[in-house]
Amino acid sequence: MLEREARPRPAAAELAEVWDAAAGVLDPELPVLTIADLGMLRGVELDGDVAVVRITPTYSGCPAIDALRADIVTALAALGREARVEVVLSPAWTTDWMSDEGRRKLEEFGIAPPRPRGTDGHVALGLGIRCPQCGSLHTRELSRYGSTSCKALWQCQACGEPFDRFKEL
Amino acid sequence: MIDRLTLLQKTDAKTDAAAEASGTPMPAPSDVVARYALGLGDDALMLAQRLGEWISNAPELEEDVALGNIGLDLLGHARALLTYAGSAWGKTEDDLAYFRDEPEFRNRWLFELPNGAGGLDFAFTILRQLVASLYFGALYRRLAASSDAQLAAISAKAVKEVAYHAEHATLWTLRLGLGTDESHRRMTRALTDLWPFVGELFDPDAAADALAADGVAVAPESLRDEVLAAIGAVLEDAGLAVPDVPFAQGGGRLGRHSEQFGRLIGEMQALARAHPGATW
Repeated sequence: MLEREARPRPAAAELAEVWDAAAGVLDPELPVLTIADLGMLRGVELDGDVAVVRITPTYSGCPAIDALRADIVTALAALGREARVEVVLSPAWTTDWMSDEGRRKLEEFGIAPPRPRGTDGHVALGLGIRCPQCGSLHTRELSRYGSTSCKALWQCQACGEPFDRFKEL
Repeated sequence: MIDRLTLLQKTDAKTDAAAEASGTPMPAPSDVVARYALGLGDDALMLAQRLGEWISNAPELEEDVALGNIGLDLLGHARALLTYAGSAWGKTEDDLAYFRDEPEFRNRWLFELPNGAGGLDFAFTILRQLVASLYFGALYRRLAASSDAQLAAISAKAVKEVAYHAEHATLWTLRLGLGTDESHRRMTRALTDLWPFVGELFDPDAAADALAADGVAVAPESLRDEVLAAIGAVLEDAGLAVPDVPFAQGGGRLGRHSEQFGRLIGEMQALARAHPGATW
């Protein structure tokens, strides 16, 4: 089932401020993407004066999660707010939660973005993975695992450049 | 025999601290659920540790990276499971990983064995990955529907990652099984060495069997047919045959381990024990 949950920016001014501060935190391993782009930001609330930020990890073993936690606390501290980060595992993160803006920024950064999954959970078979450097579809996989678990290593047969591809999850 | 795990319960209540460290407020599991999670967490932890040995040693650079990343996924599963188990006993994931002795670990032997003959046999490693990822896939798919919300959440996440691990192991099994005479010969030898340890995956597990009726856990025996059929199908496609060797007795869930296990956890624990409480 497609889990494209609506997680809108809260309307109340105080909560919106917390949301915006958390939403702008960058993934240390993909420093063009914010946690909002990745669809990791699941919600914010206030527990008294403490801002509670809920995030969902992309991969179980992703080492970036501890850095993200610290960066969110720092971002909220800049607003003069104490923050607590809660990790929510369910429902499990999917690349379908990545925003269109996030996909565009990934491609600009030289990483082929994940394709959308169909409603039955299967990835539509495309003609190929497009080279983020030259746009050619004449590409091939070198390794199913790239520099991180979320990426595979590909090479463009047209321009010769190797590139990372964000895998569908 | 003394149940070494009962020693874990004789601690002050640090449960809140453990939950806070994980950042996730969650109700602590009962002792039996914690024991079940501990066994699963130890399986993932030991295989992650073995896969880490390949970093800088694999036959090609891409495999250093692939096996390292697969190990990292497994370490993530282990961390979630051990954090959950430990919250029942006021222990953190680090307490459990680094400050338990051999008989307190509950992993099956398959996951702790060295990486085949010589300690770095690629054929053995790939075949173990094939067995492990098909087993984990079947287990976590079922466990994703557990009546225990935390086990269900951890499993639903893991099942997606393990699917990629199974694909990686399957592709390599086909390539090596159908490759050269030499690669086929070495896969056959590794399979003969590995196969005796597959049976233990389906041996009774006291915690799992106690919880299976309530829909919390998966009885190991109930996975046998599905997992063996899945492994057999890949082996057949790869031109390899299930070897005619009997299953060995393991006893990992009872705290009995192989001769090599002490060296494995020695390496894993040395740094944490030399510098207790150290952080990066």
